[in-house]
Amino acid sequence: MKITVNGAEHELASPPLTSLLNALRDELNVTGPKVGCQGGNCGTCTVLVDGEPRRSCLLPLAMVDGAEVTTIEGLGTPKRMHPMQAAFHFYYGSQCGFCAPGMITASVALLERNPNPTRKQIQNALGGHICRCTGYVKIIDAVEAVARGESFDGAELTRSRGGEATPKGASA
Amino acid sequence: MSHTPVVLTPASADQAVSAFGDGSGVTVIGGGTIVMPEIAGRRASFSKALLLSGAGLAGITRQGGVVRIGAATTLQALIGATPDPLSTAAQRVGDYEIRGQATIGGNLCAGPGRETPRGDLQAPLIALAASVRTAGAGGEQVQPVEDFLESGPAGRLVLEVEFSEPTRGAYTSMGRPHTHVYTVLSVACAETPEGLRVAIGGAGPTGARAPSVERALADGASVEDAAARVLDDVEPQDDALASAWYRRKALPALVARALADIGKESG
Ligand SMILES: Cc1cc2nc3c(=O)[nH]c(=O)nc-3n(C[C@H](O)[C@H](O)[C@H](O)COP(=O)(O)OP(=O)(O)OC[C@H]3O[C@@H](n4cnc5c(N)ncnc54)[C@H](O)[C@@H]3O)c2cc1C
Ligand code: FES
Ligand code: FES
Repeated sequence: MKITVNGAEHELASPPLTSLLNALRDELNVTGPKVGCQGGNCGTCTVLVDGEPRRSCLLPLAMVDGAEVTTIEGLGTPKRMHPMQAAFHFYYGSQCGFCAPGMITASVALLERNPNPTRKQIQNALGGHICRCTGYVKIIDAVEAVARGESFDGAELTRSRGGEATPKGASA
Repeated sequence: MSHTPVVLTPASADQAVSAFGDGSGVTVIGGGTIVMPEIAGRRASFSKALLLSGAGLAGITRQGGVVRIGAATTLQALIGATPDPLSTAAQRVGDYEIRGQATIGGNLCAGPGRETPRGDLQAPLIALAASVRTAGAGGEQVQPVEDFLESGPAGRLVLEVEFSEPTRGAYTSMGRPHTHVYTVLSVACAETPEGLRVAIGGAGPTGARAPSVERALADGASVEDAAARVLDDVEPQDDALASAWYRRKALPALVARALADIGKESG
């Protein structure tokens, strides 16, 4: 079985009913997707499979043979974050961070299919994602900010630590 | 898993049927949203898995007023593309990611959960007077969905479901917010070519038809009186979501609401 993960193709040795989550973490050492419930209930393992958000704990490898998988690592790097990653950072949408890999990939996919979601639509889209730190309000704020077109660059994120910077869109 | 099961990945419906054979020793994986947690929790052990995702069993077609839905069609694909009560019921299952992976075949074959009922599409399919085409020992078979649910999925591979387009449909459900909103009770109604049909979810191990309610309405009973008859048709159970007492209290009101939604005047 072959999958492409964040642009790199891999031939997998794990048995075909291994979950994509376990193969990513244990065989490929891609540990962004987190092991939460392994039952589809918590959302921490969410990745994009051919662009669609999926629970990687529920997908047997044999079902994703040939697929293109994007994990939180594939969206951006600490120096060049994806706008959604930057927004989560800026709006404190991530506390312990355990839910963030799932929340962020699902949010990116939401804006792909609906660039201007209402708050209710964001809630619905993230309905299967649990934040044990209960930071839901800030998470939804972050998604709304990206939808509004706010942008965040690395320098600003550094400055925001001092509490001075305001999101670009918000100051306009 | 202590051993590695054989995994069959048929590339066509015909291959799926022959790989399934009489079904002995075969675990079918539709979307896997029920099977995979069983594997992860080491509650499942089997020697052969049959994966349907590449077998071309997904898709919705319409011809001459008949809607056909392949067993591997995802719940997300049913939303807006099929009539109510099915569309709304699909919309209320799980969340976006679950609906994108879960299949109608898996929902029809879902046994009761360990603590709760599941298979929320069963009542809508009963209300729509759907029939199920399956393969297995003795070849292909088409039967009403109620009969299929009665005999259970053992030894059968679901290929597709079909029903005549209803003139109207309604779905009312009561959920209990948990990490997901699990359905405590649901009522599905459809005005089908053979008349108004009513079915209940969440009271009993599978979806069930409510013939007493249908008969009372046909005899001219008021919506409230007809709805009250639902307790002649199902025996609500206690489970992790709600008590039987609560279900008995709530169900007639939910039936009345569904009947109002489909346009039955109360009075
Ligand atoms: C977080 C979460 C929330 C959920 N919420 C709901 C909910 O609100 N309502 C609800 O009804 N369900 C819910 N479910 C359960 C489940 O996702 C759905 O019932 C789903 O439709 C099952 O379909 P599947 O294809 O994923 O099933 P699978 O796991 O593939 O299969 C389920 C069963 O059916 C058999 N099977 C599958 N396809 C076939 C076939 N074509 N022929 C014969 N046998 C077959 C399998 O062998 C297995 O026994 C939820 C699950 C999760 C993880
Ligand atoms: S680990 Fe996959 S949903 Fe919880
Ligand atoms: S930030 Fe801790 S779980 Fe969401």
